Amino acid sequence: MNLYSRLSIERKRTVWAWAFLAVPIFFYVVIRFYPTADAMVLSFQNWNLLGARSWAGLDNYVRLWGDPVFWKVFRNTFMYLILGTPISLVISFVIAYNLDKTRFLHGTLRALYFLPFLTTAVAMAWVWRWFYQPVPIGLFNNILSSVGIGQVRFLNSTSNALPSILAPAIWAGLGFQIIIFMAGLRAIPVSYYEAARIDGVSNWTILREITLPLLKPTIVFLVVFSSIGFLRIFDQVFNMTTNDPGGPLNSTMPLVMMIYQTAFSSYSMGYAAAQTVVLFTVLLVVSLIQLRILRDR
Amino acid sequence: MSDTQIRTSADALMRQSTTYKPPRDPVQIIRWTLLFMGAVVMVMPIVYMLSASVKYPHEMFDLNIIPREPTFENYLYVLADGRFIKWFVNSLIIAIVTTMSAVFFDALVGYTLCKFRFRGRYLIFIAILSTLMIPTEMLILPWYMMSLHFGWLDTYWGIMFPGLMTAFGTFLMKQFFETVPDDFLEAARIDGLNEFQIWWSVAMPLVTPALSALAIFIFLGNWTAFIWPLIVTTDQALYTLPVGLTTFSVEQSVQWELIMTGAALATIPTLIVFLVFQRYIIRGVAMAGLKG
Repeated sequence: MNLYSRLSIERKRTVWAWAFLAVPIFFYVVIRFYPTADAMVLSFQNWNLLGARSWAGLDNYVRLWGDPVFWKVFRNTFMYLILGTPISLVISFVIAYNLDKTRFLHGTLRALYFLPFLTTAVAMAWVWRWFYQPVPIGLFNNILSSVGIGQVRFLNSTSNALPSILAPAIWAGLGFQIIIFMAGLRAIPVSYYEAARIDGVSNWTILREITLPLLKPTIVFLVVFSSIGFLRIFDQVFNMTTNDPGGPLNSTMPLVMMIYQTAFSSYSMGYAAAQTVVLFTVLLVVSLIQLRILRDR
Repeated sequence: MSDTQIRTSADALMRQSTTYKPPRDPVQIIRWTLLFMGAVVMVMPIVYMLSASVKYPHEMFDLNIIPREPTFENYLYVLADGRFIKWFVNSLIIAIVTTMSAVFFDALVGYTLCKFRFRGRYLIFIAILSTLMIPTEMLILPWYMMSLHFGWLDTYWGIMFPGLMTAFGTFLMKQFFETVPDDFLEAARIDGLNEFQIWWSVAMPLVTPALSALAIFIFLGNWTAFIWPLIVTTDQALYTLPVGLTTFSVEQSVQWELIMTGAALATIPTLIVFLVFQRYIIRGVAMAGLKG
């Protein structure tokens, strides 16, 4: 205490700062940095959870490269991204843009659109899974048959299953994107619109020349944020394909699910770690490319 | 975007005036009608889930939303199982403790990095920020190995430890503490408060909107978290609600009315909280999202 009281005010504050940071630094080192390094090291090793970890060199990566399932999974993962991000952004922008111009019961409409964002992905995956069942169980096929249209095979078709699983993921994320878009729209100064209107500019031109360019930071954020979400999709796939994980014929299996299965069904920890390194790289590269393209334009 | 811009656009979002006078202009009428239909479609999955949970099996697959003979038997059956209440309590404890810890530490670290000048400050900030780029899925294997080694499997601690602090929250709080004037803190220092007291009783009350925004975001994330609780627990008594719901639904296989009842039980609490705190939740999510 004596030592402390002799310190200058600046020094005392530095002591406080490190005292505040001591526990967090310990946390970040032990729970974030060490595991990151460990996952990377593990990707060059073989381990089945029981025996000793042994060095495997590049074996896991070589195996991954030659694994047809991995390439299928890689393609699926990008399908979730390529379909999910543009579709969800276009829908949410159209809704936000129009909702922003609506006064009548505005708060109620906004709440209804936002509601799905608060649901648990697991619960909603089962609701949608029920909807997708064939007649006489599933809601969608019941509606189709009541208007005399033939049956659609949703979850048990290799071509329809992936979009069917993606739909609830898009649906649940819309509320968040709409709110962010609306906040972005509100941040644009009204004077710009007034000036444009005085000049007699059409609504379409205002949207293209004023709204969208000024909304760019919001768009960049939502593109990156939702892309990361779609690349990491898991909850929906896991719950909608419990009878045939990632099926039919691996047509819906995303990378995260392959990691889960490799690690906790086959106990090939090293091989799973190599897959997590690939996931990390994919997320990093996709985010950087998107930031680059969207920032520059 | 700057802080004031974030604040004002999140506030403006909430100020957006609602009227109860239907529009007259034909364009507005069409716009409103389409938006309303869209909103109805959006909530349909939730409505059908709730409807199915109060139907008898024989009525379950009819398209009507209001059941002809409503029943609470499904709820009685599911709750009589006893596991749901346990899973609900587990989820609640875990989400509350994790949220409190994350908000406390994120605010503390954010404040320290914002208001203190010392060597290594920038390095620590960048180090924490860089963890945002590491996906949870990459850390899951080492976390599992740690849990195995230290006996954390099937414990509350095992489920909670990865989320006790978040880089996102630290970044968010650092931004918001920028809006707290240094003069306030200096005045408190002259009054003889120590640095912890200054943070806790002077700075923290000035950023309560940000704290509640962060709390909402972190709570939601933990309440719906799936993959880590799924991996770290094998004992059903320690399952969280999402993991329990998966197990329960797989058991029921074709009894969709019971699966929908389980799903409804997992959803209804959030719906109630949302109806009560709607404005704060939307504003909070907008604030946290705009910063992120």
